[in-house]
Amino acid sequence: MHPALSVIFLTTLIGAGQGLFLALFTGESYAAINIIPEQRHQFFAVGGLIVLMLLIAGLVASFFHLGHPERAWRAVTQWRTSWLSREVIILPLVMLLVALWSIAHYLEWNPTLLGMELGSEITLTLGAVTSAAVFLLYIATAMIYASIRFLREWASPLTVINFTLLGAASGFLLATAYATNYAQNLVNFYGGWAMILTLAAWFSRSAALIRNARLKPKSTIQSAIGIRHSQIAQKSMGMMGGSYNTREYFHGASRMVLRLIKWLALVLTFPLPLLLIWFGMSSDNAQLILIALFVQYLGLLFERWLFFAQANHPQNIYYQTVG
Amino acid sequence: MTQLALVIDLNVCVGCHACVTSCKEWNTSGVAGPLFDDNPYDANPTGTFFNRVQTFEIGTFPKTETVHFPKSCLHCEDPPCVPVCPTGASYKRREDGIVLVDYDKCIGCKYCSWACPYGAREIDEQQRVMKKCTLCVDRLYDASLPESERKPSCVLACPTQARIYGDIHDADSAASMAIRERGGYQLMPEWGTQPANHYLPRRKTELHIHADELVRSDNPLKKEDIRKGPSREVNLDDWMF
Repeated sequence: MHPALSVIFLTTLIGAGQGLFLALFTGESYAAINIIPEQRHQFFAVGGLIVLMLLIAGLVASFFHLGHPERAWRAVTQWRTSWLSREVIILPLVMLLVALWSIAHYLEWNPTLLGMELGSEITLTLGAVTSAAVFLLYIATAMIYASIRFLREWASPLTVINFTLLGAASGFLLATAYATNYAQNLVNFYGGWAMILTLAAWFSRSAALIRNARLKPKSTIQSAIGIRHSQIAQKSMGMMGGSYNTREYFHGASRMVLRLIKWLALVLTFPLPLLLIWFGMSSDNAQLILIALFVQYLGLLFERWLFFAQANHPQNIYYQTVG
Repeated sequence: MTQLALVIDLNVCVGCHACVTSCKEWNTSGVAGPLFDDNPYDANPTGTFFNRVQTFEIGTFPKTETVHFPKSCLHCEDPPCVPVCPTGASYKRREDGIVLVDYDKCIGCKYCSWACPYGAREIDEQQRVMKKCTLCVDRLYDASLPESERKPSCVLACPTQARIYGDIHDADSAASMAIRERGGYQLMPEWGTQPANHYLPRRKTELHIHADELVRSDNPLKKEDIRKGPSREVNLDDWMF
């Protein structure tokens, strides 16, 4: 498939935003049972704002993928069958919930119910609901790709696992960088989680790469035109100036570039940030954490490009020779 | 249930592209607006087409056969492109099984084209909506056209009658009979999309005459044996020609 920048930015930005929310809420709930030191409400309110900005940035990027963004509201109608429709519903829902959670923190909202002060219960409950929605959004985003059964590089549970783990890893890394400025006592907590998630994502993404390398195509030129013969060569695809079929489904990069991007994605997303976080945490160097964040995000852009480029659409069988 | 479809006979298709041009002509002049063309008279002309004819060579030279392969939307009975559409713009008509796009609802997200294993859908880069073969739905029910012309444009244009149009759920239609009696098959059956359009395979048409067939008692040519030779009498033909 031809990787579209709009979708690359959409999936990486909202993935990181969702991950940051999960990190913030993990911090909040751990503090509630006194495993880690409690933070000021402001830490969560500003963090929630960053989550919101990432989600909005992703949404804006997604609009560049549409021919008619003014009709995008129609996309909420087919939630019964379409994962894309489900994503379109859940994304604004997550935004709303994150906004409510942030506002509750910002106002330090402490309503009384039946004479009892609810205190942190209210943001904890809201945060738990939001986290559930965040996980649903990861599933919906990944299922858009994993549900197309003949794009076999995508049609695997690994796609959902990877989207979730990669998003969570970048989000926890962002939380680490955020904590270096505003909650130094949480740097090791978030950094540790960022490393665990990055390791897990490294494992699952490698599994997907190995799976892709071993895939045997189900469709062949024989099944595509229904002629049983071992020697079939296309002599003409019916047009010479290209068409949507030749532009949308081919990444157009040479084998060399593809391999280069694969290694860039692997190195920039996994081992390099891991080392940087490790050194950043052990030497109390906030700058290394910040560099790790940008290195991993750059790696994720390459990783997402690779995700699209590696998907080999069966229609490509019909477009092998210009003529 | 009706399922309108095309049955394309690869045995008689000569690859003349008449179906391609007639399709483009009809569908660029309809109510849905023109089909996009970019650089039509320049280098690298490109644009939106509903139908293409491709050419394949089977075998190794010199023992090869050339197969011309017309390719358009197959109007699958279980179309994978329809359920993925987030807006409901892409739909399959209940009454005749044609898969269509509502150009006023389409947001141009291209998801349906990813979900079609055949690459049958093309985006119109001017109108920025997804387009595809409509089976000339605007001809099929047009009472102002003579009955014989209420068929897809490509079917009418084909000089070798390689395209048979009909209801494949009606066992007596020409399309169903062709599928049944001439080995009609579907493309990429491995995905379970059940394409409504079928293709008829190449056939070897050879005439075998064995020597004994010429002298067999049931050979009508046997009559020549008992013929007494041409008559010398003047008959009507001699007057008329």
